[in-house]
Amino acid sequence: MQVQCKIRRYNPTQDKKPYFSVYEVRMEPTDRVLDLLNEIKWKLDGTLTYRRSCAHGVCGSDAMRINGRNRLACKVLVRDIGQKMTIEPMMGFAVLRDLVVDMEPFFEKYKAVKPYLVNDDPAPVTERLQTPEERAAYDDTTKCILCAACTTACPPFWSNPDFVGPAALVNAHRFIFDSRDKAGAERADVISGREGVWRCRTVFNCTDACPRGIQVTNVMEEVKRKLLYDRA
Amino acid sequence: MYHRFDAIVVGAGGAGLMAAMQLARTPGIRTAVISKLYPTRSHTGAAQGGIGAALGNLEEDYPEWHTFDTVKGGDYLVDQDAADIMCHEAVESVYELEHYGLPFSRTPEGKIDQRRFGGHTRNFGEAPVRRSCFAADRTGHMILQTLYQQCIKREVEFYSEFQLLDLIISEGVCCGLVVLNIKDGEIHIFHAKAILFATGGFGRAWKITSNALSNTGDGVAIAFRRGIPLEDMELYQFHPTGVYKLGILLTEGARGEGGILRNNDGERFTERYAPTLLDLAPRDMVSRFIYQEVKEGRGINGSDFVHLDLTHLGADVVENKLPDLADFVRVYLGVDPVRELIPIQPTAHYAMGGIPTDVDGRVLMDESNTVLPGFYAAGECACVSVHGANRLGTNSLVDIVVFGRRAGKHMAAYVQEAPFTELPRTPDDEARQQVSALLSRERGESAPEIRETLQEEMMDKVSVVRSEQTLQSARKTVHELQARFAQVAIQDRQTWYNSELLETLEVGYLLDLSESIIAGALARQESRGGHYREDYPERDDTNFLRHSFVYNTPDGLRIAHKPVNISKFEPKERKY
Ligand SMILES: Cc1cc2nc3c(=O)[nH]c(=O)nc-3n(C[C@H](O)[C@H](O)[C@H](O)COP(=O)(O)OP(=O)(O)OC[C@H]3O[C@@H](n4cnc5c(N)ncnc54)[C@H](O)[C@@H]3O)c2cc1C
Ligand code: SF4
Ligand code: FES
Repeated sequence: MQVQCKIRRYNPTQDKKPYFSVYEVRMEPTDRVLDLLNEIKWKLDGTLTYRRSCAHGVCGSDAMRINGRNRLACKVLVRDIGQKMTIEPMMGFAVLRDLVVDMEPFFEKYKAVKPYLVNDDPAPVTERLQTPEERAAYDDTTKCILCAACTTACPPFWSNPDFVGPAALVNAHRFIFDSRDKAGAERADVISGREGVWRCRTVFNCTDACPRGIQVTNVMEEVKRKLLYDRA
Repeated sequence: MYHRFDAIVVGAGGAGLMAAMQLARTPGIRTAVISKLYPTRSHTGAAQGGIGAALGNLEEDYPEWHTFDTVKGGDYLVDQDAADIMCHEAVESVYELEHYGLPFSRTPEGKIDQRRFGGHTRNFGEAPVRRSCFAADRTGHMILQTLYQQCIKREVEFYSEFQLLDLIISEGVCCGLVVLNIKDGEIHIFHAKAILFATGGFGRAWKITSNALSNTGDGVAIAFRRGIPLEDMELYQFHPTGVYKLGILLTEGARGEGGILRNNDGERFTERYAPTLLDLAPRDMVSRFIYQEVKEGRGINGSDFVHLDLTHLGADVVENKLPDLADFVRVYLGVDPVRELIPIQPTAHYAMGGIPTDVDGRVLMDESNTVLPGFYAAGECACVSVHGANRLGTNSLVDIVVFGRRAGKHMAAYVQEAPFTELPRTPDDEARQQVSALLSRERGESAPEIRETLQEEMMDKVSVVRSEQTLQSARKTVHELQARFAQVAIQDRQTWYNSELLETLEVGYLLDLSESIIAGALARQESRGGHYREDYPERDDTNFLRHSFVYNTPDGLRIAHKPVNISKFEPKERKY
């Protein structure tokens, strides 16, 4: 099928302001949007710049705004978008070039919530035990690929860039609900602070954006409930 | 810009991060990790099935049995001393990962859950055994995330989106790297006492592949260009169950859970070829069974694919044990795996060969095991060799974790003793010239066109089945493509985030690696594991029970040989 694709371009070292390039390409309806970007880059315009790696939705490289919604370009098919397509970078982080945004602040937010298992008890010779039920309590949040689609779709984050954002909180949840983790209050302090989970306004944009099907908004609610419960 | 560290790890997949963890745990060592991708984008994250270790959590199992399966699976080209170390240390390494927080799936008693996987058996081949430790079908993702998390905890220094361009060897010692900062195009020199390459595989040499677009074998090619020989390059694995046309991998775990391969008649054709292990026979064999079915006209509607059938497993197993697989199939094929058959074909998957190393990750400069001081390699870019002619499922994750760990430990000890070797005066000259030539050439060949031709040629002529004729023809094409590549031009003239420049350099790596693969494949006039020669269909232990080493010399490629370590199990015919 014939697709008309408008892509927002910007190279801050060259351009005064962003502009759109329009490309006409023939694609199979079952091609991925990433295939379309590759078609443009490899056949029409080598300067088009975007990130990509795995090409099947597991590495988190290519989140971008496709017709106004955050999607992984490799995880939506051309036929699901249609013959007119507008592609823009994610919102809220500085554009480095075209569809590539600066991910450093995103990873800083992630690091702020202590996204690692804390348990200083001497480890047993074999595994620490964990029942299937305990394991299930945080299964959903282990799926996160740190693509930033949720955080950059979040209105509270747009209006306050210091908000740690849903992705960081998803990863906090991953450890808060892990029966092996002992960080407790230490991590709770960060996420219940001024820029923490209470900024969430349950808009549900994050859940809609998540390519891994994580119930992001529910996750935030679980975190809030846990904080209230522990305080009580 | 100039940087100086005691130890540098290039590559932030499972192998690189496991090594970085060992370095970070040793006080006083300054370590950096350099990666062209953000660490969690590395292809380790795509591994689904699991990591093999004889924990014996569900049934009796021993590392010794694991070693046997690894050796037999590798068609006896495995170095048995190395495999034995790997299978024994797999157990403590998996526990180490669990202690780091890896969320393994659990048994009812709360232990790490384990499942069956192709080629893994009890009691030296008797019957399948549950050895693969898994976290749903996201095991690689969880290894990558967990190791990255622990590196954050230990404040490891990362240079993300920095792409390696060159390796500096001076006075016979490896002492530095030339690296490009992708963001602003600036070239950096990293000076170090010890350097580890953990740069992953090169599946992008083929058209149908399970590998990421960034799996272009950079580290392997750069080492090769700098005079390091490559070991067993002809031994490349095609995984039987790639999504038709896309190559996306559908985990062998699907067959571990009971999935069945069927031809156009609906027949479970593995019954005819491998009556004991059936669909769980090793990958090289199952890929050839599919090739044979297709050749004899039993592909689906006479075409070049067969079906993977999960419909008898029930929604519960499919959704809970194989959720990612179900998602891929729905998104990319519009097929519901609970009710419908899945079209699959073999897909280029894994490099058994690579940079030769010893069991501590030290890089070998020749077939007599001479070590190049300061240079280490681990993971898919390296060849220890523990996979021989065919890797068993779950054994790559074992390899990256065990040998990443061993290399890291060895480096930690080494840098405490070793001095810094002085860098040559302008070590970045060649890399700078390479880059500026690309940024200035006005008109020339297109790198994407060269890559596409290469990938098609490798798929047609250097994949599941090969012959003198197909290989000679592929060799000719690769030489032509290399000549064209010397005249390649790009459109993007910016230094700022120039991804076209980097993709172009990667095409050069793929060309050189393809040349070495073909040279190895021509020289190995036998069939063994992943290397099947139509014109030499039998394994030939008299002449070819040996590793091949290919050298890059000014007069072209040269092949040499190294004996295989056979200390435990005598080679036998491989039947399943
Ligand atoms: C789809 C799929 C499923 C798999 N499933 C399994 C499984 O279930 N079990 C199993 O055992 N194995 C599996 N494998 C194989 C296994 O995942 C890989 O072999 C293994 O993860 C490789 O790890 P690595 O650390 O060597 O490399 P990678 O994880 O590929 O990491 C390579 C790193 O090198 C960096 N790098 C590369 N080039 C450069 C450069 N020029 N400059 C700077 N950095 C660079 C990259 O940024 C990256 O960080 C699977 C493979 C695939 C493709
Ligand atoms: S929660 Fe979902 S959308 Fe957010 S970063 Fe993780 S994977 Fe991406
Ligand atoms: S390219 Fe990896 S998620 Fe899209």
